[in-house]
Amino acid sequence: MLKAKDPRFWDGLFHLAMLACALCVLALVGIIVFELTKRSQLSWKAFGWKFFFGNDWDPVNEQFGAWPFVYGTIVSSLLALFLAVPLGLGVAMFITEMCPRRLKEILAFATELLAAIPSVIYGLWAIFVLVPLVRVYLEPWLARYFGWTRLFEGPPYGIGMLAAGMILAIMVVPIISSITREVMTAVPQQQREAVLALGATRWEMIRIGVLRNARAGIFGAVILGLGRALGETMAVTMVIGNRPEISRSLFSPGYTMASVIANEFSEAATDTYLSALVEIGLALFLVTIIVNILAQILVWSVTRGMPARGHA
Amino acid sequence: MGVGIKVDHLNAWFGKVQALHDISMEIAANHATAIIGPSGCGKSTFVRCLNRMHETVPDARASGKVRIGDLDIYNGTAAVTVRRRIGMVFQKPNPFPTMSIYDNVAAGLKLNGFHDRKRLNEIVERSLKLSALWDEVKDTLRKKSGASLSGGQQQRLCIARALAVEPEVLLMDEPCSALDPISTGKIEELIFELKENFTIVIVTHNMQQASRVAEFTGFFLLGKLIEFDRTEKIFTTPSDKRTEDYITGRFG
Amino acid sequence: MPNSSESAAIRVSLWRRGMNHLVTMAAAAAVLLVLLPLGAIFAYLVYKGVGALNWSFLTQTPKPVGEPGGGMANAIAGSALILLIASAMGVPIGIGAGVYLAEYGRNRMGDLIRFTADVLNGVPSIVVGIVAYGVVVLAQGHFSALAGGFALGMMMIPTITRATEEMLLLVPQAIREAAYGLGIARWRTTLSITLRTATSGVITGVMLAFARVAGETAPLLFTAFGNQYWNWKINQPTAALSLQIFTYAISPFDEWHRQAWAGALILILLIVIAVSALRIAASRGMLKGTS
Repeated sequence: MLKAKDPRFWDGLFHLAMLACALCVLALVGIIVFELTKRSQLSWKAFGWKFFFGNDWDPVNEQFGAWPFVYGTIVSSLLALFLAVPLGLGVAMFITEMCPRRLKEILAFATELLAAIPSVIYGLWAIFVLVPLVRVYLEPWLARYFGWTRLFEGPPYGIGMLAAGMILAIMVVPIISSITREVMTAVPQQQREAVLALGATRWEMIRIGVLRNARAGIFGAVILGLGRALGETMAVTMVIGNRPEISRSLFSPGYTMASVIANEFSEAATDTYLSALVEIGLALFLVTIIVNILAQILVWSVTRGMPARGHA
Repeated sequence: MGVGIKVDHLNAWFGKVQALHDISMEIAANHATAIIGPSGCGKSTFVRCLNRMHETVPDARASGKVRIGDLDIYNGTAAVTVRRRIGMVFQKPNPFPTMSIYDNVAAGLKLNGFHDRKRLNEIVERSLKLSALWDEVKDTLRKKSGASLSGGQQQRLCIARALAVEPEVLLMDEPCSALDPISTGKIEELIFELKENFTIVIVTHNMQQASRVAEFTGFFLLGKLIEFDRTEKIFTTPSDKRTEDYITGRFG
Repeated sequence: MPNSSESAAIRVSLWRRGMNHLVTMAAAAAVLLVLLPLGAIFAYLVYKGVGALNWSFLTQTPKPVGEPGGGMANAIAGSALILLIASAMGVPIGIGAGVYLAEYGRNRMGDLIRFTADVLNGVPSIVVGIVAYGVVVLAQGHFSALAGGFALGMMMIPTITRATEEMLLLVPQAIREAAYGLGIARWRTTLSITLRTATSGVITGVMLAFARVAGETAPLLFTAFGNQYWNWKINQPTAALSLQIFTYAISPFDEWHRQAWAGALILILLIVIAVSALRIAASRGMLKGTS
């Protein structure tokens, strides 16, 4: 046994202490999985797989079908991506390849600021500024010119899937743009120069020399954005209407998995009710993990394992 | 006062690759011994085995016996204890960047629990004088950081830092290779003065430097000690043909 | 007069140049479209928030519904309490894990932990709230600042861990060797030399994590839960700035809406200060520590 005076004793102790901290990280993920699984058991045993396909969310009669929330999550996230991907890519391209030097710092800082704004503030702004604009201007316009798509029908509440998708898009753009910037910067300068030397215009150089090489990473950035959109709670809850409805029209109110937990968790009176909500949380957890892992792999394949820095 | 070093059948490995083969030699106290040889011959590895720095590389190990004075450094002593009695100066000066000049010199003492303010001041002054840096920095001891000095000054700072803990042996691994000729000259002068109180082992790829500062020289080739003798003899009448080939520039 | 092959060349070149300009304009338009909400949000925060911001807002607790006046003082204090608990948990564990990964973790175990930290980072904040509920609230039988701090602490850890590891890896091996050569023990070297050299970078990482969780609401919904009154006890439900903003924003009362804007202004000010300080520290501090 090493004596306390022996320097190797303290080295060993220190190593152990640092290992303990590192193991806490493992323990935390373990606790998350344990808690979610344990507390969703009740609901799982009662409803099985049908839980996620059932249409009926009826706490009073203890009937829980989560399909409206799954639907709402998917639609709001897809709408957000539909808007955010071109915007995010455009911003990333502009900052990396087209921007005069002095503007770069400012724009990069601006995107960082966007990423730092808390969800609840996005939600606050969305309720009082975005939603009225959507209700008064955007929805009537969409109904008039694009109503034939059947996507823009029904009374223009303002509050609903469209507003939720829009605010989500704004929140997700910074992630897509900052990761895309990273992967684009990781493409070696020689690639760009080779294409330029062949007489390409700047756009052609970007398209062939950079985007093509960074393809996997950009895809990863989009998936990361999806991951963020799936888990986003507050801003969405504040503008989506919180009604477990399924409707083709984007004007209708909806409900997402994260929102139903946020709204109903502290009011869940029965054990089954709480368990159903936890089960939704477990599903959200698993989906987000898979999506994030996929995205990490894609991004790493381009940046060769250089750790992603600083994005909030 | 310096002590002698006795090396017996020292072997060293990096993982599966053997870097040193059966080295045995006796290094004289209060003298400077140069270790020369072409790149990759094991000179740095040898010297790093003398203060057990070799094993800080993952998968590296050594076997054999090394006695520094009366201390058998591989037999049951903690590496840290060994290193407190031996000072080391590295190829590239590496002062601690966030510490002042004073704190750099005092680092070896303070971080080992020595906090007597008055004594520390004395030791810092004495060490900086020993390494011929005192006059240049005495006014900015606590204000300037270690990293703000020139290359040659930084190396002298590192020497002062090593001397502050009063080692019996000073190991120098190509200390001048990153420095300009003037700084090199100053450090060689330093070695002359330090010899009186310390045992110095200096690795160098510069044969002229070896003949300038060291009384004894050991020639290494491919991890083996080929010849070890008085510097004069090595450079005028070497016993081994390989030594002769090296010093006449046939290879390396 | 250009012959037909030459004019074909000119036509192709015009198309390509046209595309080039089009794409450039589209990208610029994207930038403007993205900056627009940024500007609008800050503009509204200032415009609507400043009006409701006054001394009583910063010093009083909420008044009952329908009565004008009152403030969010307890929410600001509550946030501070919860963040303190979160930091007490997240900072030591995060830095410790980062030290482990950088100094001892270049192996399989280290890879596993790195991967797990990334997984932890991606957990939606509402799910973190559920877990904190199960671990703390149910065990204690009531909502509490402790539960809220636990949830936020969990979220701070991965950011701090990765930042610490990165910063420590930037410290050159030569510095550690200099310390070993002086006979300084490994644990002492890691603490007093390596970590000290990387200090400004590590602090940057901690502030980044702090700014990220300061604005979180979802994990507090059923952990800290909120409180109308002052609370300094960690075992009681506690108000938080973000929670208060949420509650007021979705309420039907105009007075509360005004106060929500004021609260949001304060919250964003604190975060902007943190993010800006971060940028300045990053451009100055990190370089200083590792030159």
